[in-house]
Amino acid sequence: MPTTYETIIGLEIHVQMNTKTKLFCTCDNDSFNKEPNTNVCEVCMGFPGTLPVTNKEAIEKGIISGLALNCTIPSTCKFDRKHYFYPDLPKGFQITQYDEPIAINGHIEITIDSKKKIIGIERLHLEDDAGKLIHANSGTLVDYNRSGTPLMEIVSKPDLRSKEEASAYARSVQQIMRFVGSSDADMEKGMMRFDLNISLRPVGSEKLGNKVEVKNLNSFRSLEKAITFEIERQTKMLEENDTIKKETRGWDAEKEISESQRSKEEAADYRYFPEPDIPPIHIDSAWSEDLKNKIPELPQAKQDRYRKVYAIDADHARIISEEFDLADFFEEMMDYTNAHFTATNLLVTDLLGMLNKEHQSITDTKIKPKQLAELANAINDNVLSTKMAKEVLPVMFETGKDPSTIIEEKGLKQVSDKHELEQICKKAIEAMPKAAEDIRNGNDKAIGALVGFVMKETKGQANPGKVNQILLSLLRH
Amino acid sequence: MSYTNLTISTAHQMLSAGKISPIDLTKHCLEQIEKTDPTINACITVIKEQAIAHAEDAAKRYKNGEPRGILDGIPLSIKDVFCIRNIRTTAASHILENFVPPYDATVIGKLKNAGAIFVSKTNTDEFTCGASTETSAFGVTKNPWNTETVAGGSSGGSAASIASGQCLGSLGTDTGGSIRQPAAFCNVTGLKVTYGRVSRYGVISMASSLDTIGPLARSAEDCAHLLEIIAGFDPNDSTTPQVPLKDYSMEAKKALPKYRIGIPQEYFGDALTEETKIAVESAAKVFEKMGCTLIPLSLPHTKYAVSVYYILSPSEVSSNMSRYDGIRFGPGPKKIPDDLQEYFFAAREEGFGDEMKRRIMIGTYALSAGYYDAYYKKAQKVRTLIIRDFEEAFKNVDALLTPVSPYPAFKIGDKSQDPLQMYLADTLTIPSSLAGIPGISLPCGFTSEHLPIGLQLLSPAFTEERLLQLGFHYQTATHHHLTCAPITI
Repeated sequence: MPTTYETIIGLEIHVQMNTKTKLFCTCDNDSFNKEPNTNVCEVCMGFPGTLPVTNKEAIEKGIISGLALNCTIPSTCKFDRKHYFYPDLPKGFQITQYDEPIAINGHIEITIDSKKKIIGIERLHLEDDAGKLIHANSGTLVDYNRSGTPLMEIVSKPDLRSKEEASAYARSVQQIMRFVGSSDADMEKGMMRFDLNISLRPVGSEKLGNKVEVKNLNSFRSLEKAITFEIERQTKMLEENDTIKKETRGWDAEKEISESQRSKEEAADYRYFPEPDIPPIHIDSAWSEDLKNKIPELPQAKQDRYRKVYAIDADHARIISEEFDLADFFEEMMDYTNAHFTATNLLVTDLLGMLNKEHQSITDTKIKPKQLAELANAINDNVLSTKMAKEVLPVMFETGKDPSTIIEEKGLKQVSDKHELEQICKKAIEAMPKAAEDIRNGNDKAIGALVGFVMKETKGQANPGKVNQILLSLLRH
Repeated sequence: MSYTNLTISTAHQMLSAGKISPIDLTKHCLEQIEKTDPTINACITVIKEQAIAHAEDAAKRYKNGEPRGILDGIPLSIKDVFCIRNIRTTAASHILENFVPPYDATVIGKLKNAGAIFVSKTNTDEFTCGASTETSAFGVTKNPWNTETVAGGSSGGSAASIASGQCLGSLGTDTGGSIRQPAAFCNVTGLKVTYGRVSRYGVISMASSLDTIGPLARSAEDCAHLLEIIAGFDPNDSTTPQVPLKDYSMEAKKALPKYRIGIPQEYFGDALTEETKIAVESAAKVFEKMGCTLIPLSLPHTKYAVSVYYILSPSEVSSNMSRYDGIRFGPGPKKIPDDLQEYFFAAREEGFGDEMKRRIMIGTYALSAGYYDAYYKKAQKVRTLIIRDFEEAFKNVDALLTPVSPYPAFKIGDKSQDPLQMYLADTLTIPSSLAGIPGISLPCGFTSEHLPIGLQLLSPAFTEERLLQLGFHYQTATHHHLTCAPITI
C-alpha cells in the first residue's frame, strides 16, 4: 500500500500598511501611479548622515493588528538591521525586527466546511520595504518610491494542513487587516504577498520533513497553485526515495512551477544586529489597552452574530461579514426592518449583483440602507410583489429615490383590497367561462389563465396570492 | 592686528563695538587659510564666496544693532562629515569625493540661524576612522606646532584649522576620542558631549551608538557658546532624549564648588610619557589650589575598553558603510563590470581606503552568524561593565581627571603602518566613549619640543556644564590655551 502524506504548511504574509507616511521618514506612503523617484527623500534614499525616525502611526497599527490576531504585545520591541547588497536597497540593510517583534503568540479561527479550526500565529513584525527594479531596454532602472513603505510580516505556526486551510487563513488575515484599518490589502496593487513554507510527512509521523520555502506568491491563485504543485512535486520525490532538501524556491506565476533559488548551504548571512539609530520602543499596557478598544468587531465574530441574531443563511452571513462597509450597510439596514430574510436577499443577491456588474462596491451605491429596508418591508407587507420589487430596485439603483416615491411614480402599488379584487375576478370568470367551468370541475390548472387575466387588468399590481384565493372561493362555493 | 588667538567671546565684543566687521574677520580667516593651508592641509574644501556673502549679511545685522547672538559673524570650520546643503561633503573618502548633499545637518541649520560663517570643510580620517588623519583620501593634516607630526584625528583638520588661525572655532565628531585627541595635539579646547546631547542628523555616521558631535575652540567658554547653539532634542534623531539644556556659558562662569576630582590609576600607566604625566599632574594641582579635592581611584575594566571598542565600532562601521555601493552617489567603478556583484566589489574596492576595508572586514566578521554571540554580544556585555565602572566612580567624585593621550603628537608615518599601535592611541578616550559620558580636552602645557599636552576631564552623563565650568576656571588660572602655534607668527 502506498504511503499517504500529510502536508504541513506555514505562511509568512507580507502586508503593506496604509499609514499616511512611510515607516522612517515623512514621505507620502502612497506611491501608486507616481512618477518613479518622485516620492522620495534623503532618508528613504539612504543618503549619508540621514537617520530613521519611527512612524508612530505604524507602531500603533502594528499593535492593533497584533491584537486583532490575538497576539501578546511585549512591553518592549526593537528594530534590527538586516544586511544584503542589492540596488533597490538604499542603505545596504533593511530595518526589520529580528528577535523582539511588536507582537507574538497569536491565533485566528478559520472555518472550513462549517468546521472551525484555530491557526497559531508565531509573530507579527514591522519592516521597511525596498524600492523596485525596472528592466528596460537601456538597462536596469531603480524606482525608490516604494522604499521605506511600512510592511507587516505575519508568520503563522505550521498549523495549516491543506490548500483550502492555507487559502482560508490568508483570506481571513486579509479581512482582519482591512477591518482594523491597517492595510488596504489589495493583492492587485501588490499590498499583500506570501512566502510559503511547506513540507510533507507520512501520516501518523511526528517528525517534520525538511521544509521548502516558496517565495514570490502575489495572489491567492498563486498560493493555491504553488501548494498543489509542491504537494505533487514533493510526493513524487518521496515516492522515488529522493531526499527533499531545505531550500528556497521561487514561484513562476506564468509557468505555474516553483524553481530552486538557493539551498540551505547557500543561505545568506544577514548579519542582524540591533539598529543603533532607533532606541527600543516601550509599549505599556495602558497604550495597548487603549488601542485594543479601537478594534472593531472582526469578520468571524460578525458572522456568528448575524446568524444568531438575524437567523440568516450561513453563506449570506459570511459574504456580508467579510467586508467592513458591506457589514455596516447590512447592520444599518437591519435597524429599519424585521424582514430579515427578504432584506438580506435583496442585498446579497440583487444589489450586490448589480454592483458587481458595474464593478462597483457597496460604498458606490446611491441606495441607502434605510431605503433597501423599506423595499423589503413593502414586500413583506404585501404592498409589492417580489416581481414588482425587481422593477423598483433598478430605479432606486439609478436614481437613489425612495421606493415609495418610485412605487407612486410608476403606479405600482399591489392591489390587495378584497372588494376591488372580487370585482375584477368576477369580470375574469365572465370573460373566460371555459376556464371557470374547468375549475368548477376540479381542474385547478385552469386557474392560471384566470389569474393572468386579473394581473393584466391590474397591470400586474394585483396580489397573485389573494387573487388565487378569491377565484377559488368564487368558483367553489 | 593679529586674530590668531582671538576667542569667540572677545570677537563678539569687538564686532558689537564696531571695532572689527564680520567681513574683515572672515577675509582674515580666508587669507590665513591661503597662507597656512598649503603647509597644514587642514581644509578639504574652502568656502570662499559664500563665506564672504554671509559675512556681508552679518555685517548688516551688526550695523543695525541686531546681531543674532554671540556666534553671528563668527568664522568657523566644519569637519567634512557634516552635510552642508550644496557644499561638497566627502568624509575624506574617494567614495564620496563628489557628493554634494541637498540638505543641512541639524547642527548646521542651527549654526546658520545663529549667523555663524563657514569658511572651510576640514580634513579627517576617512569616515572618521583613525587617530591622525593619515587615512584621509586627501592627504594628512600637519600639526601647526610641528609640521613633521600629525595633528591627531580624526578631527585633525578642525583642531589644526583653529591652531593655525584659520577660524575661531569648529565642529568635530568624537566616536572614540576624535575631538579630544586632536584638540590635545594642537593646543585647542575640545568638548565631547554625552551621547545624544547633540543631534547626529546629517552628520555622516561612523559608529552610530558611539558617535557624538561637539565643538572645538580656543577656550572652554567658547565651547560653551557653541554647545548652547547645537545641543538639544531633534525630532530627526531618535537618540536625542528630551533632557533639559543648561545655559552653558553662564554655568561655566559660576564660582567653582569644591569638586571632588577622581584620579583613575589605570590612566597613568607605563605607556604614559614622563612629560605628559608631569603636565597632567601639575594641572591636577591647579584644581587642588582652587579648592577641589583629588581622590585616587580605580576603573578596573579600563583595560578591556580598546578591545570592546574595536569589536563594536567596526561592527557598526561595516553596517553604516553598506550604503556606499556606487549606485545612487559616489563615482562608481571606473570600468563598469557586467555583473552586479562585480559592480559592488569594484565600486567599494576603488572607493574605500585600506583602513575602511580593514574595519569593514572586522565588523562583518564580528556580526556573522556563529560569531555574533562570541564577539558583538560579548563586547556589549563588557561595555556594560565599563559603564558600571564610571557609575561607581561618580558615586564618590564629581569628575575624573586624566591625560587625553599617553603621548603628544607623533611623527607622520610612525604609526600608520601598524594599525594596532594606531588603535592604542585612543586608549584614554575610548572608555568614556563606550560609557557615553562627556569629556573635555584642555591644553595643559608643552613638551620640551614645544608639542602641546592635553588634560581630560570626564563627568556623568548630561553634566557638560560641570566640565565647561572646570575648564573655564582652569583657563582663568592658566594660559596654555592662549599660546599660539609657531605657524601663526
